[in-house]
Amino acid sequence: MSAELVLASGGIDCHLMSGCGFPAPGAEIFQFDAVFSFTVGSLEFNITKVTILLFIVVVVLLSFFLYAFRKPQLVPRGAQNVGELGYLFIRDGIAREAMGKEGDKFVPFLFSFFFLIWMSNFVGIVPFAQIPITSIFAIPVAFALIVYLTWVPLGIYRQGFGPFFKNMLFPPGVPKAMYGLLAPIEFISNIIVRPFTHSVRLFANMFAGHLLIASFSVATFYLISASLIGIMGSVASFAVTIALTGFEILIQALQAYIFTLLTAVYISGALHAEH
Amino acid sequence: MMNVFAALSTAITASGGEGGEEMPSVLAVPIDELVIGIIAFLVVFGVLGKLALPKIKETLEERTHTIEGGIKRAEEAQAEAQRSLDEYKTLLAQGREEASAIRTQAQADRTAIIEEARTEARAAAAQVTAAAEAQMAAERAQATASLTRQVGEMAVGLAGKVIGQALTDDARVRATVDDFLADLEQQAAR
Repeated sequence: MSAELVLASGGIDCHLMSGCGFPAPGAEIFQFDAVFSFTVGSLEFNITKVTILLFIVVVVLLSFFLYAFRKPQLVPRGAQNVGELGYLFIRDGIAREAMGKEGDKFVPFLFSFFFLIWMSNFVGIVPFAQIPITSIFAIPVAFALIVYLTWVPLGIYRQGFGPFFKNMLFPPGVPKAMYGLLAPIEFISNIIVRPFTHSVRLFANMFAGHLLIASFSVATFYLISASLIGIMGSVASFAVTIALTGFEILIQALQAYIFTLLTAVYISGALHAEH
Repeated sequence: MMNVFAALSTAITASGGEGGEEMPSVLAVPIDELVIGIIAFLVVFGVLGKLALPKIKETLEERTHTIEGGIKRAEEAQAEAQRSLDEYKTLLAQGREEASAIRTQAQADRTAIIEEARTEARAAAAQVTAAAEAQMAAERAQATASLTRQVGEMAVGLAGKVIGQALTDDARVRATVDDFLADLEQQAAR
């Protein structure tokens, strides 16, 4: 349990039977004070624990892949094997799956997203770090914004402004009378809601997972008291915390995969009119 | 899009109202964090996309080519082996054919040689036989002649002694003797 959480959970003396109510963790566990701040132009940058973790993730990620692919051999060994596994997973499992051979061009884009998000999620269960970077809403929003600013211009560039919107708003094979209803729905769902759901899906999963683990961690701590019920409850909460942590590992990889797969699907839709 | 987020976060903050201390909503999107997020991605994308991933892409393509090349080389080697086998088989068939022709030829030659030798031997034998026969005939004629004369003389002598007359010069006697001899010859010839 991190220091913030101990503080958030009502202090070191807050236990069952001590006249202290259960200090359920809330939104405050996702708030971090600035370690330091600086100003660029008119924008003030607050460097928090999350920002520093993101920086570390970026450095670790780049170090690993630069090391793994520093001198690729025809017969791979060691780190190159692991890196290749990741590369082939993105290329064959996501890019080609969504776009076919054309997807090869977008492999670096998708690769960067997948591993950056996965590692950012993974930080949530790393001792002392213990906050998924992606549970800070601005980060998934930043990623979704990049995706949005990629596929929309790409679609306009590839299909032309008119056809791009025509294909999106008036999908073929629908009775003409339906277009009056369908076109606004398509517009809202693709242009307005899509980036929102894209970021919220990732954010909400990581947020909820972290909150769950935090709640059971706090419960484990809170229930330690001189009573049988308290001890049993504490042990049970601890077991659930461990189980949830295992479950989180799965969710972290899955959410990174979903985000990347959706990115590939959006790009694929921008390259060719849906039929 | 930003407006949507802003509106939503305000709404949630407003409804969440825990009172007391002002707590920014979890849905707030501070611009600095947004910018940092974007920079983080761009750095990862830029470095990996420029430095790491092209290398591995190249290596993977090279590996594919190597494997495909290996398969192609193996196919070529197999075709080459097949061609050699065909060639070998053709040569072998040719050799067999040639050997068989030579054998047939030899057979024919042998027959011819034997036939020739036989003919020659037969001719030589015939010659020898003819020479022997001729000699025998000559010898017989000579013997016959000498015998005839001696027998005539002996007969005349004998007759002279029997009759007591000299019949030597008598023409009649000579005729009688000739007749006798002719009879004798005839008997011999028969």
